[in-house]
Amino acid sequence: MSTTTTERDEAPKLTPARPRSTRTNNLGIFFLMLGACVLWVSGRVPVEDVTLVFGLGDLAPRLPIDPPNAVLAIGLLYLVAGSVALAKRWTGRYATVALVAAAVLFVPLILILSVSLGTASQTNLLPLLTEALRLSTPIALGALAGLWCERAGVVNIGIEGMMLASAGVGFTFYALVGGAAGGGWLIAAVLVSVAVGGLLGLLHAALCVTFRTDQIISGVAINLLAIGITSFLRRQVLLPLGVGTGVTLGAVEIPLLSSIPVVGEALFTGKPIFLTMFVIFVLTHLALFRTPWGLRVRAVGEKPHAAETLGINVIRTRYQSVVLGGLIAGLAGAWFTLETVGSFEDLMTNGTGFIALAALIFGKWRPWPAFGGALLFGFASALGSRIQLLGVEVSGFPVPSQFLQALPYVVTIVVLAGAIGRAVPPAADGVPYEPSR
Amino acid sequence: MSSPSPQPKPPRRSLLETYFRLAPVTVPLYAILVACLAGSLFILGAGANPLVAYGALLDGALGSPDRIASTVARSTPFIIGALAVALGFKAGLFNIGAEGQLLLGALTAAWVGTWSWLAGTPPLLAVPFVLVAGVVGGMVWGFIPGVLKARTGAHEVITTIMLNAIALGIASFLITSRDPALLIDDRASTPHTREVAASVRLPTLVEGTGLHLGIVLALALCAATWFVLQRTTPGFEIRTVGVSREAARYAGMRVDRTVIVVMTASGALAGIAGAAEVIGSGSGYLTPGAFTNIGFDSIAIALLARGNPLAVVPAALLWGALLSGAPLMQVEADLSVNLVRIVQALIILFVAADAIIRLLFRIRAPRGVDVGEPAVFARGWGG
Repeated sequence: MSTTTTERDEAPKLTPARPRSTRTNNLGIFFLMLGACVLWVSGRVPVEDVTLVFGLGDLAPRLPIDPPNAVLAIGLLYLVAGSVALAKRWTGRYATVALVAAAVLFVPLILILSVSLGTASQTNLLPLLTEALRLSTPIALGALAGLWCERAGVVNIGIEGMMLASAGVGFTFYALVGGAAGGGWLIAAVLVSVAVGGLLGLLHAALCVTFRTDQIISGVAINLLAIGITSFLRRQVLLPLGVGTGVTLGAVEIPLLSSIPVVGEALFTGKPIFLTMFVIFVLTHLALFRTPWGLRVRAVGEKPHAAETLGINVIRTRYQSVVLGGLIAGLAGAWFTLETVGSFEDLMTNGTGFIALAALIFGKWRPWPAFGGALLFGFASALGSRIQLLGVEVSGFPVPSQFLQALPYVVTIVVLAGAIGRAVPPAADGVPYEPSR
Repeated sequence: MSSPSPQPKPPRRSLLETYFRLAPVTVPLYAILVACLAGSLFILGAGANPLVAYGALLDGALGSPDRIASTVARSTPFIIGALAVALGFKAGLFNIGAEGQLLLGALTAAWVGTWSWLAGTPPLLAVPFVLVAGVVGGMVWGFIPGVLKARTGAHEVITTIMLNAIALGIASFLITSRDPALLIDDRASTPHTREVAASVRLPTLVEGTGLHLGIVLALALCAATWFVLQRTTPGFEIRTVGVSREAARYAGMRVDRTVIVVMTASGALAGIAGAAEVIGSGSGYLTPGAFTNIGFDSIAIALLARGNPLAVVPAALLWGALLSGAPLMQVEADLSVNLVRIVQALIILFVAADAIIRLLFRIRAPRGVDVGEPAVFARGWGG
């Protein structure tokens, strides 16, 4: 009996259990093991020469590489980085630098390996980069939509549905009224898409803020509703119209910048929504961190009751932010049908809204780091299709396309679990607001 | 008998009070009604008659004994899948990964079911063996997000969605790959896996309707889950973690372990759902697009049932009825089957936003103690 009494007398730990800070250690061990694998692989890489090209035209820099030695060097660098990370006690902040460098080394490693194992003998990095930027557009816009909602304290997992609905309704409008033949109706359709996103944002705000519904359920309901409405519209309206692939938004050249040799044409020519994305990022940054209204939004997301005491209208601020988020998600939806594909398929957003949320968490609810996250996932998709294009074969079999398509999802999990640590969301994120009496 | 009884008499409830106690049931019923009314706006918009459409829907789902059996057959995977999601809800976990876990369960069952030595084994041994294989497949896919959540704090909503996409890729590769021929039946013109042995098939209950023994398994699993959650110590631990992680930790419960166990168990249940469909339904093999959306529907059903393992059964039957009645509605009212998807979304919306229903029908919110545990908790992304 005495033992149980003493056990009971011990004060239970009140501090929440946090994972021990062994992340650097684990990553260090991981990179050591990876380095060993890379060294083993380097003996088996075909010897044929590989050239990495950056840019278009004759002026573009070319980097000839001898694959076995390059892979050997990268493997050794991994061993060094892993050791530096493991010896964090003595290396201090160089451990973090080593880890980041090791992560960046993935890119040349994969490229060199895939070119040497593939049928081509050279690969151009600039199109890879622009393709990554282009593919990250809906992810980045979705992350911004989530940023506005969550900074104001409303979790929004309905971004996927908002994108899908605006993509579907926008394109149906375009096909119905303008025959999907371009012109002014195309612009109008983009506006319709944005408006549909805003309407669903309004619905989410009404459910979460006014009716204090569980925010995750509201998001799930919006996703379901979007799937139902778009597939219903497609069967009832779009398919009977018999419209083929429509005219999409054309590319725009930024004057002066696009005439820079080697990189200008690739980097400064783009389609309108892609270019608008950068503008929205700048505006979001300015509005959120440089205006009184942005301060109010952030206050409402962190401590709504304190904000209320200062005379901020919490309900109205939350409505504004969530609707704004919906509008941005609507633009992301327009990217799919009106800027990229030119037609609408069921479920065509294919999880982009959820990857956007992962990018948002990756960026710890800040605009530019979230953009970095989006770019990472865009790069993973671009790399996947590049490897497919290079015809990479491993021990006589081509790498299955399904695995390459799954690459962004794997990267999302690895990044969420391994690289970013515990992300701290806005304090009131997900908590329904009850006005004090 | 003259001595006064020491126990106080249970207070008599007025009719009105009984009505309010039924609020958890009345709200979903009214929500279904409002959702159908709102859905009829879409029917009118498409130029059809809502009464004809809903009549055909009802006829298609419940018009004859065979149709009822088909509806129940359609609901079977939903019951088990929704049970998996509901179990997660009880621990405050939102398992969106039922889709992928179910697929992996189906995949392992379809693979193990073709092992040659199983063909000569009596069904009483072979069937549980294949079901266990499905459990293992689902468990692995549930364990990963569980351990990631507990050890690194990666939110299960994101990780399970990513795992769904990865499971889809794996399944598509294993089923369709011809060059290294893995699971593909190379005699078939359209790609699908080899047929499982006759000894591992679940017996059919009603000939020609697809209703198989899996429904009995599903009901038993619901009862078992309810018992574990409500009548055992681990179940109490799970529910405590679901209500308040901090309280559970203060009481000395191992929250991280519970999170891993519940996610794994949830994945195991979803795996059973997939395995039972493979060995129970007509074909006995797996096609690339098989079981799409069953996991996502299960989430909606679990929400409709408010995470209650017993309420999952009627909710899943409603879902199955809507889906299996839709084709007749398409024929008779010339409406896309996707209309029922809209109705389903509206049902979830109105069940979730019960404040709207309470406002419309003047149902008083249940008071204090009667509420019990809420079905799901939005906790943001942190914990």
